[in-house]
Amino acid sequence: MTSQPNQNPGNARVISRLMIIVFGMFGFGFAMVPLYDVFCDITGINGKTNDQAVQAVSRQIDESRNIEVEFIASLNADMPWAFYPLQKKVTVHPGQPMRINYVAKNLTDKAIIGHAVPSVAPGRAATYFEKTECFCFTEQKLEAGEEKEMPVIFVVDPELPEDVNQLALSYTFFIKPGSEAQTLAQN
Amino acid sequence: MSAVIEEHHEHHDHKPTGIGRWLFSTNHKDIGTMYLWFSFLMFFVGGAMALVIRAELFEPGLQLVEPEFFNQMTTLHGLIMVFGVIMPAFVGLANWQVPMMIGAPDMALPRMNNWSFWLLPGAFGILIASLIMSMMGMGSAPNFGWTFYAPLSTTYGPASTDYFIFSVHIMGISSIMGAINIIATIMNLRAPGMTYMKMPIFVWTWFITAYLLIAVMPVLAGVVTMMLTDRNFGTSFFNAAGGGDPVLFQHVFWFFGHPEVYIMILPAFGVVSQIVPTFARKKIFGYSSMVYATASIAFLSFIVWAHHMFTTGMPVAGELYFMYATMLIAIPTGVKVFNWVSTMWRGSMTFETPMLFAIGFIFLFTIGGFTGLMMCIAPADFQYHDTYFIVAHFHYVLATGAAFSIMGAVYFWIPKWTGNMYNETLGKWHFWLTTIGGNMVFFPMHFVGLAGMPRRIPDYSLQFAEFNALATVGAFIFGFSQLIFLYNVIKTTRGGEKATEKVWEGADGLEWTLPSPAPFHSFTTPPQVR
Repeated sequence: MTSQPNQNPGNARVISRLMIIVFGMFGFGFAMVPLYDVFCDITGINGKTNDQAVQAVSRQIDESRNIEVEFIASLNADMPWAFYPLQKKVTVHPGQPMRINYVAKNLTDKAIIGHAVPSVAPGRAATYFEKTECFCFTEQKLEAGEEKEMPVIFVVDPELPEDVNQLALSYTFFIKPGSEAQTLAQN
Repeated sequence: MSAVIEEHHEHHDHKPTGIGRWLFSTNHKDIGTMYLWFSFLMFFVGGAMALVIRAELFEPGLQLVEPEFFNQMTTLHGLIMVFGVIMPAFVGLANWQVPMMIGAPDMALPRMNNWSFWLLPGAFGILIASLIMSMMGMGSAPNFGWTFYAPLSTTYGPASTDYFIFSVHIMGISSIMGAINIIATIMNLRAPGMTYMKMPIFVWTWFITAYLLIAVMPVLAGVVTMMLTDRNFGTSFFNAAGGGDPVLFQHVFWFFGHPEVYIMILPAFGVVSQIVPTFARKKIFGYSSMVYATASIAFLSFIVWAHHMFTTGMPVAGELYFMYATMLIAIPTGVKVFNWVSTMWRGSMTFETPMLFAIGFIFLFTIGGFTGLMMCIAPADFQYHDTYFIVAHFHYVLATGAAFSIMGAVYFWIPKWTGNMYNETLGKWHFWLTTIGGNMVFFPMHFVGLAGMPRRIPDYSLQFAEFNALATVGAFIFGFSQLIFLYNVIKTTRGGEKATEKVWEGADGLEWTLPSPAPFHSFTTPPQVR
């Protein structure tokens, strides 16, 4: 009856259905990349903060609260720049726009393109921290030996949970992959 | 009746001889045999690497190998044991047993079966070639651990990482084809009357495992593809400098990785569910609950992956979700363990080697299950993470769990495969030495792990010295007692006391209605299942 099992007509149907799952799951692996980003953006977990400018809206300034914001600067291992905030710490009221400055200096004799990745701690406060202007929104190019002041304008959302009184904003500067500095760093 | 069958099959019952029999084989038994021998060979390769690791850890300080080589050993030991030993051994068992247990003549897709096996030696040839090149002084073999976390495997991976990626792609294709074949066989070739809820539990567990393979092996292929393009084609999936995220790697990897650990244990559950009723001389207790429990475990495996990542800085809500979801797995797993115990309850038990391995499995796997529960408690896991406690846990579930079930399965079915009984005395020696050695190597790891000894490091603090020395002695007992197993298997294939058709007094199932050794084509006329 089934002495030639490979001619069972059901097999082709089973194979084609299973292959749909296989390709679907291969795609799903890649779909996890944007999904993961979307998920982190919505929930603000992973310290993800906005990487595009937020429209400045005038808000009620809540003068009853003082939020201490600390600024941290770090460099990825291969980045031959100096990078630091001009102010270590400021105190703001929620709703009050604030401008601070970071400084970056290219320590090499070649132009380098860098990209700063921001992060806010604690992670659950990340969605309440809004940057209206930031050097992290675009790539930064520093000519050989150039030093540059880079502003950040931010506002803390008055909806910030009551128990959060301190925030830390940190930036890590990376070399743009493929920029000519990549070869320099490996020498 | 049998004369009719022989006459009918005369023209295609001839086996090719020589190497062609194996290279071009489309026979489920020959392919199953090749899978099992391949797995056995890899077991000794991966085991030798484990002994290098344990020898280095015999005492504190660096003695035998360079730390770089140690890292390559831990990586390849893990990869070979997971992808080269446990998975092929279970596919080999499925090849041999599934057609016999459901009353089919062969697998549904015999040519694909040949291909899915013959991809494996290629895949592992590539992987092991990277180690050989490393030993000849040409770069390093993969050295980032079997979990190949980015950026260790992307930005900092050695050149041989691309070999590794290619090898994983090939073994993934092999597994997917094997899984499709098993599903097609089970869906289309069951004997008349063999409804789904009459299938032996081993067939059920493999049916569900095959779906897990189909769902997650493509995700593994995806993650290594992302690594490949990150390394060679300028993408930045896992590179923060280009806007990617290394933690994303862990999410995608463990989305594959957690179902993967059930791929390695569900067929083991199936094997134990065949052995225990046979030697307790009772029907399995709670057949349908066994099936539902297996399906529940498979479902839960998809929604708990981030319990491997409690220390990556997840928000509390995420930790709580993954902690509770993981705890849920204990329920269907508990159902299974209680069912096995209830099957043995008031049974007329005898303790032949397969039964010893099955009981050893139940006992030692449950220890591994309990440590798993300890680690799913997120705050406690901060202490256990990346220590030898983890190493103890997954060796209890894989070495004394999955590998025990495979050894039990070989003793259980080898009389059917070869027509000869194995040597019971040697089998018992093998079981007891393996059990004693296994517990000597893995049990002390709980203590050093809790005390903070990190995993994957070739050196350690002095206070861990005694337990590590004990573990190394145990590892050598464990390792060398496998030679008894090898000897026993070879001796059984060559001859010995003839096995009866039924082999075991309490045996129940279609495979035991075939003569021993089983004929080249299993059921040429489908048996009628009541």
